[in-house]
Amino acid sequence: MSTSMLLLVIFILTALTYVVGRSRAASLRKQSTSMHSLPRYYGYLAAICTAVPSLILLALWSAAEPVLLKSSTIGTLPAEVQALSTGELDLVVNDIKNIATGGISQSADDPVRAAAAQHYTESRASSRLYRTIAVLILCIAGALFGLKKINSGTRARVAVERAIMIGLLICSCIAIFTTVGIVLSVLFESLRFFNKVPFNEFVFGLQWSPQTAIRADQVGSSGSFGAVPIFAGTLLISVIAMLVAVPFGLMSAIYLAEYASSTVRSWAKPLLEILAGIPTVVYGFFAALTVAPLIRDAGESIGLSVASESALAAGLVMGIMIIPFVSSLSDDVITAVPQAMRDGSLGLGATKSETIKRVVIPAALPGIVGGILLAVSRAIGETMIVVMAAGLAANLTINPLEAVTTVTVQIVTLLTGDQAFDSPKTLAAFALGLMLFVTTLILNVIALQIVRKYREQYE
Amino acid sequence: MNKENTIPALDIDQQTPNEQTIEEIVASLGDTVGEARVENPKMSVSGVDVFYAEKQAIFGVDLDIANNEVISMIGPSGCGKSTLLRCLNRMNDTIPICRVTGEIMLDGEGIYSKDTDPVLLRARVGMVFQKPNPFPKSIYENVAYGPRLHGLNRNKADLDDIVVNSLRKAGIYDEVKNRLDDAGTSLSGGQQQRLCIARTIACSPEVILMDEPCSALDPIATAKIEELIDELRENYAIAIVTHSMQQAARVSQRTAYFHLGKLVEVGDTDTIFTNPKHELTEKYITGRFG
Repeated sequence: MSTSMLLLVIFILTALTYVVGRSRAASLRKQSTSMHSLPRYYGYLAAICTAVPSLILLALWSAAEPVLLKSSTIGTLPAEVQALSTGELDLVVNDIKNIATGGISQSADDPVRAAAAQHYTESRASSRLYRTIAVLILCIAGALFGLKKINSGTRARVAVERAIMIGLLICSCIAIFTTVGIVLSVLFESLRFFNKVPFNEFVFGLQWSPQTAIRADQVGSSGSFGAVPIFAGTLLISVIAMLVAVPFGLMSAIYLAEYASSTVRSWAKPLLEILAGIPTVVYGFFAALTVAPLIRDAGESIGLSVASESALAAGLVMGIMIIPFVSSLSDDVITAVPQAMRDGSLGLGATKSETIKRVVIPAALPGIVGGILLAVSRAIGETMIVVMAAGLAANLTINPLEAVTTVTVQIVTLLTGDQAFDSPKTLAAFALGLMLFVTTLILNVIALQIVRKYREQYE
Repeated sequence: MNKENTIPALDIDQQTPNEQTIEEIVASLGDTVGEARVENPKMSVSGVDVFYAEKQAIFGVDLDIANNEVISMIGPSGCGKSTLLRCLNRMNDTIPICRVTGEIMLDGEGIYSKDTDPVLLRARVGMVFQKPNPFPKSIYENVAYGPRLHGLNRNKADLDDIVVNSLRKAGIYDEVKNRLDDAGTSLSGGQQQRLCIARTIACSPEVILMDEPCSALDPIATAKIEELIDELRENYAIAIVTHSMQQAARVSQRTAYFHLGKLVEVGDTDTIFTNPKHELTEKYITGRFG
């Protein structure tokens, strides 16, 4: 039985157990047996007993099957083939699989491989058969167990609540473990990079030119991996973006939350949020084709030399892009400040703006900082606008009129195209990612501390 | 902002028999019984109508608020007493759909006239709200808020004096003197309400409006606030909205009874409670409805 068929059967059995369980509990209840929970909870409990163990078994079996099949197939191969390196052995196994499943293979005539393919097909078929039997037995056993538990002694509601809690726990664990996994993989790849390029050179080096020689006899481009210029570029562009986004976002949030009539609000808020829906690539060419030339021309007219790809252009457009993040989140938290706070202040003879400045904003501060932090993360992680508008040249400068580059852009250029995944050039991407991650983390921690210090907690 | 929430509940529909409109019932209530005017009033309300959008909430109210006196406003829910109170310092301005006609005078000047600045008015006519609403700041900052806004102090020592005096007058100083830097929200409900009163006093107002100041408090805290109101009478004109008739009897010298947005009867508290003239007042006071 195929996996989807098996899932369908489990599903049907589960639904069936639920219905049977519920009606059995209901009839027990009618016979005035004092039951602990409502009938539907007994139904849920029986359904959980049916579905969960069999689904777990199915998942485990499906995960283990390919591994076991592979090792058993390799076992049938002659010794000299088994002695091949892992990579080559994988190729052979793939080939055998192709023969077995009727795919294209270059060595279908090879009797050894044909025999192995035969073995593969047979063991897979028997594995599938055993799987079906085992899963179905477990499923039915679970159903019977669950139905047997329907009596006055079972505290079904408690058990179901517990099962729900465990389910939620598993979901949050998956999210957390994924994060941990990503961080660890980045960390280990970065360690490989730091084996080739010293840590100090990477963190404090002032020169970034990641082109390395591919062949030993190649001339030039020995590669240097000083991350300072690109981090400076990231910082510069992010600062420009925040200088645009924070004042405009916050002010518009205050206007929308405190001053605008409900008609204006119902129009303006969605319009502002459309800004967040524009793809970044659109912002990118807007920055590169409209804003950057505008800034260059404006600069030239007052005698400044402006690069046609400038940090200013990228930062400005990025700032506009993240205005909705700041404004929307700030608007929500400002609106959430209780009206009683405003009344109290107004009742003491404060003007509207005094009330906002002295009572509303301090009370909403944690949420506002949260919104700004999210915007900063967006700014640091943004790639498309910078690729198009700020260029690729890793200049170490704080002049916003020059071209700079950012960490994310460098990661993109390092990994685009055909690359060997063990050269310092590609591994540098992981190190950059790690640095970026650490930087953002530190920023978050600092901001949270600031908020904790200055927050004014209303009930 | 949830502006709709700030509109006092108007349960008029509930109490309206189907065949009569509110206007007809209000007309049938007749003129206000008792003397609405006093000599030398601090505030004086004349022919005030209040509308929330199309719905009329107050019908032609005349009422004086005297110096050194507590006037209590009683009546069933939705009778417009809170609405009228909020007109007295123009807090109703914050509700966009609210419209006030008629005249309200403070020391002989119309508070709804074009020359009056509602911000300055609210410093002169302070307000204490139903639910204690201290700012999420320290106790000191809560009280210093008003004086800072209005520049009542010349230096830090001045401000300290104002804060301490206001807390003393509100009868809470001894309880908080060692923790002026703690958050105002860390106090108990009754203390929070007294802090709010101190905060109002600190602006040196002339009139204090209280909108059911004890409805969120336990009996002991309520007793303290009532005692305080009685003391404050020496220096301020006080108007208090309350649902508790005992409270009205205990703290006020004059009482005004409202019904469906109409001032039905007003007079000395003693007279109102012992010898009400209007049938509705008597029914309400004896607990037959409301």
